[in-house]
Amino acid sequence: MPQIFHPSMNTISRASIFGAAFILAGVGGFIWLIFRSSYTTQVGVVRPQPVEFSHEHHVSGLGIDCRYCHTSVETSSFAGIPPTATCMTCHSQIWTDSPKLEVVRASYRTGESIPWTRVHDLPDFAYFDHSIHVAKGVGCVSCHGRVDEMPLMWRAKTLHMEWCVDCHRNPEPHIRPRDKVFSMEPLPAPPAPERDAEPGASNVAIDLMQAHQIASETNCSVCHH
Amino acid sequence: MPSRSPQSARRSARTLAVLPPAALALLALVGCHRDMYDQPRLEPLEKNAFFDDGRSSRPLVEGVVEYGAISPDSVILTGKVNGQLTDELPPELKLDAVLLKRGEQRFNIFCSNCHGRSGDGDGMIVLRGYRKPPTYHSERLRGTPIGHFFDVATNGFGVMPSYASQIPVDDRWAIAAYIRALQLTQYAKVDDLSDAERQQLETQPTAATPTPSAP
Repeated sequence: MPQIFHPSMNTISRASIFGAAFILAGVGGFIWLIFRSSYTTQVGVVRPQPVEFSHEHHVSGLGIDCRYCHTSVETSSFAGIPPTATCMTCHSQIWTDSPKLEVVRASYRTGESIPWTRVHDLPDFAYFDHSIHVAKGVGCVSCHGRVDEMPLMWRAKTLHMEWCVDCHRNPEPHIRPRDKVFSMEPLPAPPAPERDAEPGASNVAIDLMQAHQIASETNCSVCHH
Repeated sequence: MPSRSPQSARRSARTLAVLPPAALALLALVGCHRDMYDQPRLEPLEKNAFFDDGRSSRPLVEGVVEYGAISPDSVILTGKVNGQLTDELPPELKLDAVLLKRGEQRFNIFCSNCHGRSGDGDGMIVLRGYRKPPTYHSERLRGTPIGHFFDVATNGFGVMPSYASQIPVDDRWAIAAYIRALQLTQYAKVDDLSDAERQQLETQPTAATPTPSAP
């Protein structure tokens, strides 16, 4: 029987098998990069909004509490986007002729909603509840970043499942005293030796975990049900 | 390839040739289906073309009353008894430290922006041009029944809009109670103190009122 392949095919086949591994790894790596890039995750990307609302100005400039507008964050799964009437509690008197606010005034006149663009939107198969996180002492800043330093709103975290689970496995670093939940300031780091202190020694984070009765919740059905 | 038959060699060559395109095709399928991400259910305030105004969260019909709701004329919802502003908390609420703490917190969230944390009417929004509200520490407002503060938070007053949709009923009462406490901070009489407290005040005058430093 005659040979089908030339002997040089031995080398070529080895080289192409070897090369294919790199090509596949390359393609895989490229796709991984795309999925992790801010192009897909929207991290740090400003979404266009009908009104150039500045959280920076309203939060750090004026000192308005998150809950003044996001009224249902403590009692409901949804933090709440304020109705136009909330904007008008101040803007009926302030900046009344600013062209930037014409959309707000028009919405108030006509009763039509302002079509805000949602920045933090989880997939529909993940059920997130603001109220329980706030009640347990997870600060706004842990998920939304320094909103008080955002002139326009962007996503600070990927909202990937991996990122959720990281905290669900180890909530300790994100737990705040309840009166600091709505503060944007970083938590003071516990003194270094405290972490390795002898058993029974006081540890701020662990005390809070106990006081707020926090357990690591990693069962699938906690979020997917 | 002496040890392998030509057929098997051909087969593996064909397999090799098919693998990369197949892998690519599989990868291309990833992420194509968004129907699990955007399921046919509505999230709060999600846009929906079914209604003319595009709102999936429907506004309440005019005049609707929640099932099992208390009478709209009750004192806890109006701050009034027989049309007169009440001067005490409605019977459903108990005046205690918890209520006042809650009132303080809610006051600082919703009211202090204009009324200021101490109730002088010089909050940040006023500094930015909103009409200055009256101070709570006037003879007139000290003498006003507590129902007035609830009524103003519920229905608005002058340029101040209604806060009924932002602050639940109980919290509005807590705020009203806290405003009374705020007034007391600026207008407490020594006679109101208990004997022990008065003694404390007299023995430690410098702790309460710092003496001006000598020139």
